[in-house]
Amino acid sequence: MVSAATAVMGANEIEVASPKIVVRDVTIRYAGTPALSGVSLDVREHEVFGIIGPANAGKTSFLKALNRMDMFTDGMKVEGSIEFDGRPIDRLRNVYALRSRIGVVFPLPVGLPLTIYENVALAPRLGGMRNKAELDDIVERCLTRAALWDEVKDRLNSLGSLLSGGQQQRLTIARALSQQPDVLILDEFSIAVDPVTTMRIEDVLKELKHELTIILVTNLVQQAQRLADRTAFFLEGECVEVGKTSDLFDGRVQDSRTRDYIEGKFG
Amino acid sequence: MFEASELNLRNKRTESLYRTLFLVMTLLLILPVLLILGTLIVKGASAISWEFLFGYPKDGMTAGGIFPALVGTIWLVSVALLVSVPLGVAAAIYLNEYAGENWFTRIINLAIINLAGVPSIVHALFGVGAFVIFFGFGTSILAASLTLAIMTLPVVIVSTRESLRAVPMAFREACWNMGATRWQTIRRVVLPNAVPGILTGVILEVSRTTGETAPIMFTGAAFFLPFLPESVFDQTMALSLHLFVVSTQVPNVPENLPYGVALVLIGMVLLMNSLSIALRMYLRGKKKW
Ligand SMILES: Nc1ncnc2c1ncn2[C@@H]1O[C@H](COP(=O)(O)OP(=O)(O)OP(=O)(O)O)[C@@H](O)[C@H]1O
Ligand SMILES: [Mg+2]
Repeated sequence: MVSAATAVMGANEIEVASPKIVVRDVTIRYAGTPALSGVSLDVREHEVFGIIGPANAGKTSFLKALNRMDMFTDGMKVEGSIEFDGRPIDRLRNVYALRSRIGVVFPLPVGLPLTIYENVALAPRLGGMRNKAELDDIVERCLTRAALWDEVKDRLNSLGSLLSGGQQQRLTIARALSQQPDVLILDEFSIAVDPVTTMRIEDVLKELKHELTIILVTNLVQQAQRLADRTAFFLEGECVEVGKTSDLFDGRVQDSRTRDYIEGKFG
Repeated sequence: MFEASELNLRNKRTESLYRTLFLVMTLLLILPVLLILGTLIVKGASAISWEFLFGYPKDGMTAGGIFPALVGTIWLVSVALLVSVPLGVAAAIYLNEYAGENWFTRIINLAIINLAGVPSIVHALFGVGAFVIFFGFGTSILAASLTLAIMTLPVVIVSTRESLRAVPMAFREACWNMGATRWQTIRRVVLPNAVPGILTGVILEVSRTTGETAPIMFTGAAFFLPFLPESVFDQTMALSLHLFVVSTQVPNVPENLPYGVALVLIGMVLLMNSLSIALRMYLRGKKKW
């Protein structure tokens, strides 16, 4: 009976959690020097995939590889294979389409020097949308989902770069959502954001999880614990392990370094 | 606790000494400008009149106005701008937004620096060889303006590149991450924010081009023409050359005439410069980050 139950669960898991991104043996080098070596992991559809690890672990480099930003970075080389929806991304003809399906939020909020409205309308416009009513609709919807609408609805035409840091970070999230992405990548989004705003954004992420796949890089291990379904631990250019977040935080780890890091026993 | 020690006092004395020193140096800098302007106004203001600005030279250029030269300078500068601005801005965009750091761009940068260092008389000779003779434009506004354009190209390229550089990299990365191409990023985010700087550079170029004499002397500017140019293939008079002519080449010119011409010329340049400064201040007030 027990085995039957696990069999059913296993079948369910395969059905529900098909891999969105498959990473195999990826090594990233800057001018020949490896920043990350031999990473293999899967990111499943509709999960929050956490990545934790100290500075210099290669987390940001990994994210850059996912949406082919190596193209814009001098000296950056990615080896190995990354598949997005089953398609190897190094052989895509249209990398711009790949990037538009991945929304990115940076550590420091980047409000573009455009109005709040234009910040959010930019991605749809790049995609060729001209219809004002449709754009209005997207802007309102994305700002609402990013928990910013109420604060800015009366000043949509003022500059996005003049909002407060916490507001700009939510603007960045709204902008990422306006791409209607399949995957949302957040790189240490709370680094320049106060705890209250951080909590509001975390609530937003919990909602968004039902619609898209989230990759959350964080240097707050508790944030990973609160949000991530599964978590990977990166350390000095190596992916030490990937596991269910609850397992890792309950001490069921494969590598003692993971436990040490989670328990704060690191340098 | 807040008593000044001997050391504090000494630091304070040296501080005010250096402060005064730098102030004096700065004032010394303004002095020549004031002297030049003062002389020109005192000696040339009496020459300025409606007839002087809008009349033709008379009596072997010893009387009358400077209208053909004024119009000619505007022609020369405008045509030069039409060529150098698109070319220079495009080159700067390529260098700053598309090209990476490699031997090719290093050579181009070296070429730009060298181009900026070439004396204007050498540009003039090049202009004669290339535009007047080789391309067969003859001595014409076109040949002279092209010569001016090439001479000022480095200024446009460098100032444009500086203003592109001033747009933070993070803006570009945010755009690229959204799936924007380089060109979309440039058009939507980079250029709109670089325009103030580019405009400033362009206006500075105008003011420099206005005063140049050597490059136009052999390529398109004439001593005296009793009519206005009608196309870019005509020769023209120019303020800078006219000043040279009336101050050194023509006998029996009344004393205030050359000063009047110089006053108009420098007035144009100062006008352009103040425009540039005003524009920069206005646009800086609207800075977006
Ligand atoms: N553009 C670049 N050029 C050269 N080296 C780089 C570049 N970006 C990152 N690196 C190097 O790659 C290594 C990993 O950097 P990365 O930014 O991926 O770390 P991280 O885990 O994101 O750190 P942090 O938590 O501090 O953000 C570092 O040694 C860094 O110096
Ligand atoms: Mg990082």
